[in-house]
Order: sequence, then C-alpha cells, then structure tokens
Amino acid sequence: MASLKELKGRIASVKSTQKITKAKQMVASAKLRKAQAAAEAARPYAHRLERVMASLGSKVAISDSSPKLLAGTGKDQVHLIIVASSDRGLCGAFNSNIVKAARVKARELEAAGKTVRFYLVGRKGRAVIVREYPKQVDGYFDTTALRSQGFAEAQSIAAELIAMYERGQFDVAHLFYSKFRSALVQEPVGKQIIPVAIPTGDAPATNAAMEYEPDEEEILTELLPRNVTIQIFGALLENAASEQGASMTAMDNATRNAGELINDLTIVYNRTRQAAITTELIEIIAGAEAL
Amino acid sequence: MALQFELVTPEKLVRSEAVHMVVVPGSEGEFGVLEGHTPLMSTMRNGLVMIYKTDGAQPETIAIEGGFAEVNERGLTILAERVIG
Repeated sequence: MASLKELKGRIASVKSTQKITKAKQMVASAKLRKAQAAAEAARPYAHRLERVMASLGSKVAISDSSPKLLAGTGKDQVHLIIVASSDRGLCGAFNSNIVKAARVKARELEAAGKTVRFYLVGRKGRAVIVREYPKQVDGYFDTTALRSQGFAEAQSIAAELIAMYERGQFDVAHLFYSKFRSALVQEPVGKQIIPVAIPTGDAPATNAAMEYEPDEEEILTELLPRNVTIQIFGALLENAASEQGASMTAMDNATRNAGELINDLTIVYNRTRQAAITTELIEIIAGAEAL
Repeated sequence: MALQFELVTPEKLVRSEAVHMVVVPGSEGEFGVLEGHTPLMSTMRNGLVMIYKTDGAQPETIAIEGGFAEVNERGLTILAERVIG
C-alpha cells in the first residue's frame, strides 16, 4: 500500500490535470460556437454555387475542348489524397479518425494498382502520414501560424492544387476531412474534388431562356477553380467546428474521469490515515498496559 | 415592384432584401436589374454594386471583388469573392 505522502501527491497531480482538461473544455465550447456560426454562414454561398453549377452543367456538354478541371486528364492513374487535420491535440480521436479514413482509401487505391500521393493540411495528421508514406508526400500547407482558417487560406491551397493539376502531377484528387454533425458526432468523410463533379438533380427546369455573359463555357471555366476553393473552404470550416466539438467531448470525459480518480484516491487516503491512527492507538494502549 | 436581391460571399450572406433596382458591374459592362429581368448569368469584374432601395433614391454602393451574378425568376443573386469594407 502506498504511503500517505505518496497518495497526497497523486491526488494533487490528478487535480491539476483536471484543471487543465476543464479549462480546455471551456475554451473548446466557446470556440465551438464561433466555428459553428462560421460554418453556417458559409452555407448559403456553397448552396447557391452548387445550384449555378448544376444549371450550367446541364447546358455544357463535356468534350475534349472542355476545361481539364471538368473533363479530367483522361487518365486515372495518380490519385492525390488531401488530408485536412488540426494543428492542436487534446481533441480525442479527431485527427486519427481522419487519417484512418484517408489510409483506408490509400490502401484501396494501391490495391487497385494506382499511384497514391499526399497533400497535407494541418500539423497533427502530418506526422502519421509522413511516417507511413515518407516518399509520397507532395505538399504540406502550414496553418500553425494562423488563428483561424479563412477563405484566403482555402484560396491558396486551391491555387496550389490547381497548379499541380495543370502540371499533370495527379489525375484525381480526394479531400479528407471531418464533417460536423453535432458536438458529439464528427464523421470523417472523403470526397472527390478534382475533376469537379457536376451536381445533378437540383437544376431548375425553367431556365431555358437563360442568357449568358460572356458564354456558358467561359463562365464555367471561371467557376470551376472557384468551386474547388469553396469545397476546400467548406472542409476547413467543418474541420474547425469538428475539432472543437471533439475537443469538448474528449475533455469533458477526461474531466469526469479525473474526478472519479480523485474520489477513489481520497477514499484510499482516508482509509490509510484511519488505519495509521488505529495502529498508533493500539501501540500506545498496549504500551500503557505493559507498565 | 420589388426585386429580391441577395449578396453572398463565401464567408457570409451579406444582404437579402427587396429593393427597386441593382446595378451590377458585369465583366462586359454594367447592367441594371429590375424586377422581371430576363434570366441571366454573368461574370463580374471588381467594382461597385449600386443598390436603389426605391425609384430615384440615392444608391447605396458596395465594393466587391470578382464573382458572378445570376438573375432568375426568384430575383438577383450576386456571388462575390469578397466584399470590401
């Protein structure tokens, strides 16, 4: 059995851990509200862009002359996997879930004989991927210096990706991030962002007499890179909200566990103290009787 | 006679209101949109969007950067890359 002094030390250390997890939990819940609001504010634009894309997509036939972002490179060999993770830890299995989803996809593609390359956003996912696929990482976008990931970052990521695509460094790009369902549920998802998939079904039927300025093709050409940017921006925002949600949940659990541990340790501490007092008393009484 | 006007950026929905007329800086020249405008889609250059709340009122201007405008039977939607100021 541990001595009284040791027990006291352990209780103190668990208490200070609990303070940290509690603080982190409160910070996360405050940040979550902000991140969630940002993610919601970005939805109208994404929604409308999708509608416009859908109505354009139904007009323009895919041919050899259509932009590469839409028609693809004609090959399906090199796949780029973009993994968006967070920069900070203390958020439970958030990052490892994203990485796991990306890895499953990578294995699947490799089993099918494809070449897999990686492009990484965020610090936490980086270490794992670099360790596993040291020679296959093509790029890394550093977000550690930023307080929040905004549209400008999404733009520079998209610009870099499109430049890589134009140089023929990959044929298909998949983006992996965590979708925010609620503070308790974050779902790692992967979707193809290049070549751009034209959303279907939502196209308004009454736009037969739509006029275009300049013309459909040119508008589409301008729209496609923007679509990639928006997809990435949306992913970054979802990720930010998910990270805070995951962090909040994980820290809530940690705080509760620390509380339980403190209770258990306190009981052991009190018992031990009581036992020590009893032993001491018996010794004194026995000593007095012997006289 | 009101035109349903929406101005959206990737970061947020900036405006959503009923107005009289909006002048849009299209890439091939400015054009005004009133209610009942023919369906149109145009790219935009950087410039000023002018919003006329009522007929003959002083226009309110918003500086935007790039993007495109869509007019359909529901009204005018401007998807701007960025709103300045």
